[in-house]
Amino acid sequence: MRQIDPDFLALPLRQLADAALQRARDLGAEHADFRLERVRGETLNLFDARLEGSMDADDLGYAVRVIRDGTWGFAAGIELTPEAAAAVAEQAVEVARVAAAVNREPVELAPEPVHAGATWVSSYEVDPFSVPLKEKVALLADWSAGLLKDPRVDHVAASLMQVKEQKFYADTAGTDTTQQRVRTHPVLTAMRAAEGRFDDMRTLAPPAGRGYEYLTGTGWDFPSEVALLPELLEEKLKAPSVEAGPYDLVIHPSNLWLTIHESIGHATELDRALGYEAAYAGTSFATFDKLGTLQYGSPIMNVTGDRTAEHGLATIGYDDEGVATRRFDIVREGRLVGYQLDRRMALLKGLGSSNGCAFADSPGHVPIQRMANVSLLPAGDGPSTEELISRVERGLFILGDKSWSIDMQRYNFQFTGQRFYLIENGRVTGQVRDVAYQATTTDFWRSMEAVGGPQTYVLGGAMNCGKGQPGQVAPVSHGCPSALFRGVKILNTVQEGGK
Amino acid sequence: MTPQETVERALALSKADDCVVIVDEGSTANLRYAGNTLTTNGVTRSSRLTVISVTGQGVGVVSRTAVRPGQLADVVAAADLASREAPPAEDARPLVGPAVSPDWDAPAEPTSIAVFSAFAPALGETFAVAETANRKLYGFAEHLLTTTFLGSSSGLRLRHDQPTGRLELNAKSPDMTRSAWAGVATRDFSDVDVAALDAGLARRLDWAKRRLDLPPGRYETLIPPSSVADLMIYLYWSAGARDAADGRTVFSKPGGGTRVGESLSESPVRLSSDPGAAGIQCAPFVIAHAGGRQRSVFDNGLPLSPTDWIHDGSLAALLQTRHSAELTGLAATPAIDNLIMRGPEGGRSLDEMVASTERGLLLTCLWYIREVDPQTLLLTGLTRDGVYLVEKGEVVGEVNNFRFNESPVGLLDRMTEVGREEHTLPREWSDYFTRAVMPAVRVPDFNMSTVSQAS
Repeated sequence: MRQIDPDFLALPLRQLADAALQRARDLGAEHADFRLERVRGETLNLFDARLEGSMDADDLGYAVRVIRDGTWGFAAGIELTPEAAAAVAEQAVEVARVAAAVNREPVELAPEPVHAGATWVSSYEVDPFSVPLKEKVALLADWSAGLLKDPRVDHVAASLMQVKEQKFYADTAGTDTTQQRVRTHPVLTAMRAAEGRFDDMRTLAPPAGRGYEYLTGTGWDFPSEVALLPELLEEKLKAPSVEAGPYDLVIHPSNLWLTIHESIGHATELDRALGYEAAYAGTSFATFDKLGTLQYGSPIMNVTGDRTAEHGLATIGYDDEGVATRRFDIVREGRLVGYQLDRRMALLKGLGSSNGCAFADSPGHVPIQRMANVSLLPAGDGPSTEELISRVERGLFILGDKSWSIDMQRYNFQFTGQRFYLIENGRVTGQVRDVAYQATTTDFWRSMEAVGGPQTYVLGGAMNCGKGQPGQVAPVSHGCPSALFRGVKILNTVQEGGK
Repeated sequence: MTPQETVERALALSKADDCVVIVDEGSTANLRYAGNTLTTNGVTRSSRLTVISVTGQGVGVVSRTAVRPGQLADVVAAADLASREAPPAEDARPLVGPAVSPDWDAPAEPTSIAVFSAFAPALGETFAVAETANRKLYGFAEHLLTTTFLGSSSGLRLRHDQPTGRLELNAKSPDMTRSAWAGVATRDFSDVDVAALDAGLARRLDWAKRRLDLPPGRYETLIPPSSVADLMIYLYWSAGARDAADGRTVFSKPGGGTRVGESLSESPVRLSSDPGAAGIQCAPFVIAHAGGRQRSVFDNGLPLSPTDWIHDGSLAALLQTRHSAELTGLAATPAIDNLIMRGPEGGRSLDEMVASTERGLLLTCLWYIREVDPQTLLLTGLTRDGVYLVEKGEVVGEVNNFRFNESPVGLLDRMTEVGREEHTLPREWSDYFTRAVMPAVRVPDFNMSTVSQAS
């Protein structure tokens, strides 16, 4: 088990929290919480094996959130002295006073057991920030150079994003938690102009809650995947354009994770369903009155929210309201049975307690309800991907994500991908291109005829899901098996463009 | 330690051949509301130090927040080390300089919750009006003030103060089936009339009382300035010279090179940026915290001047660093943080364009815009918060929402009217880009690919 870095623990965490929380109490706050965090990120970008840009950045600061006279007040600061922390608490109370003119609904929070002195560290082996920059550049350059030697590749882009997030949380109820986690996302893209076209082919390795070991053989075999890119790219450049129309789809987890994210993950955030995101990202068709009755998908559809999954990007021990994280059901046998919650939403709708989905992406932002790792469960003894393909007479096998878009109530979506293989009489016969699939969320999930077994399950995800105003990014994973869908509308994107 | 002292000390501490130091002093205040009540709010302060060290042709970039005086040497040393370990940077050029801003020594003045001291009560009164009229208001008000201090070993001492404010207001019927949106960009909230915005939204909710269903298809469509901004900003972001030269984008010439000089539109449309444009002023010099395809840390401090990206309908320039300009043989035209589109003189207002429409769609907003194909810049996305049918010059009702598949470059070629430009707030991209002046445009055959059930 790794330990929280001593230099973070050496910060005056408790002193600042005590000063801020006491000042908030003195000024009449009914509730106050204090969150100090440091988020360190490193990004590297290479083009044709040469370093194009790198950035090693951090974000260090603290936030005080109060409820006073039933109104939120939030302020964030950077000066690490008890006096400054107390002043930030005063600012938060002042914000609540000004904001009271706009507030018409008293704020209350669902109760949560006190977790005093709790610590949690994610599961990783090598701190990505312990590895010298030149070693990382050399590894990415080596992979890139290997690809550039292949005559089927003109250019190679490589990137690496790594984050270490450290948080200390304390509130006036007595909870205090200290946590640390890391995440890593390497991507390689091979490009070529040929056959009168330009196209690219990207690695499918998902971002993961892992350390630098992810690049050196633990959790993913990068050398093998990179070696396949030239052949896959060449085949794509030569591939015929797809014929538009309805197809049966076998969708690989490397593509399906994003469809889950957009059409289930965001749709089952209770703050959206209640209209709190209405002016920005939107609401949800899965409104609260449909809880327990909405047939979201076919009876083989089971979806959970889980902030405890090992290596998940949303995985953590306690959320940003001091709530112990857990796994919970969202869709059971195709029916909507749960939402993602924070403490205010849980109390507002009489749901008892929060399921630990409050998150702020920086010390300068207020926690909002963010996504758990929302995952589609595999069938216990379910089929392999090949078996799913064998059930299709005429269809497409889709791998890898690319373009994505969904409406503000999460009905109408359109996705593309990295690779599309035509399936004829139960067998993959080669790539086609210019493909997008378009559907309505419930039609799509109700058309799911089979889900693969655990052997097909992959934990995909995104480092930077956007939500809220001011905008926040959150890391989130989505696990799923391969799955078979019947009769989904396929567009030819060239024809859509009017060509 | 003042930001200016931080710059000087960091430059003095660096043992690299060259050094650039950027200090960003930031402050924000915001109010977020839904269903006629507050949901979240806050004020923040931030301070970011970015040290860019250059050793030979190697570059190291380290950025830290809340740096205390005792930590400054460590940050500089980390950047120096990174520059020594880095392979040669392809875009390495002599640093820009020297130049000094006349207000270099002035302190940074933060924003605060007080920026809303007149606006918040007005918003509260508007909530009361809306509640009485059976309307729910949702939205966000934000004010940011960032002061950037840029110093270099080549003698740059440049400073820029950037206020950025926006208000978004969304009105809905109680059953959430009718929705209308308005947004404005502002520098200080003194010019925001929230009651007037609400009144405009009430008018649109009334239009929506008559509901009409239309199938997918290609429709004559009036695209309002906010949506034109969202489309043109995507075009602007996609206008990197290096990607074009590599054959990757819609601005690549088949067989090699870029399409600079080619006609994109029969209309004499102009797309430009100008750091001094009234009301949308932005930094008059390059501020590059990190290198990449479209920016170079070596260009920090490079003066920015009014730039035409499209002139008289022809592609005039692409986003260039000094390095990519040498590669492409074109002028160095770095990105500028505002965007202006103008058509021929005498363009009409959107209301006048509606009045002269025999039958067509009037959009409010485009949303969830994503690229489908970079080589045609085919974008997909959706309409939201009101699509209206216009017949014989009048709005006759609200139409269902659509998913569209369209290229902004294709639209430039097909638009049949460019209206009068006005200051506008992009709906989708306002998190990143708020300084825009755009016209409404008329397109005879906008591709509404499928119907969206969302309301």
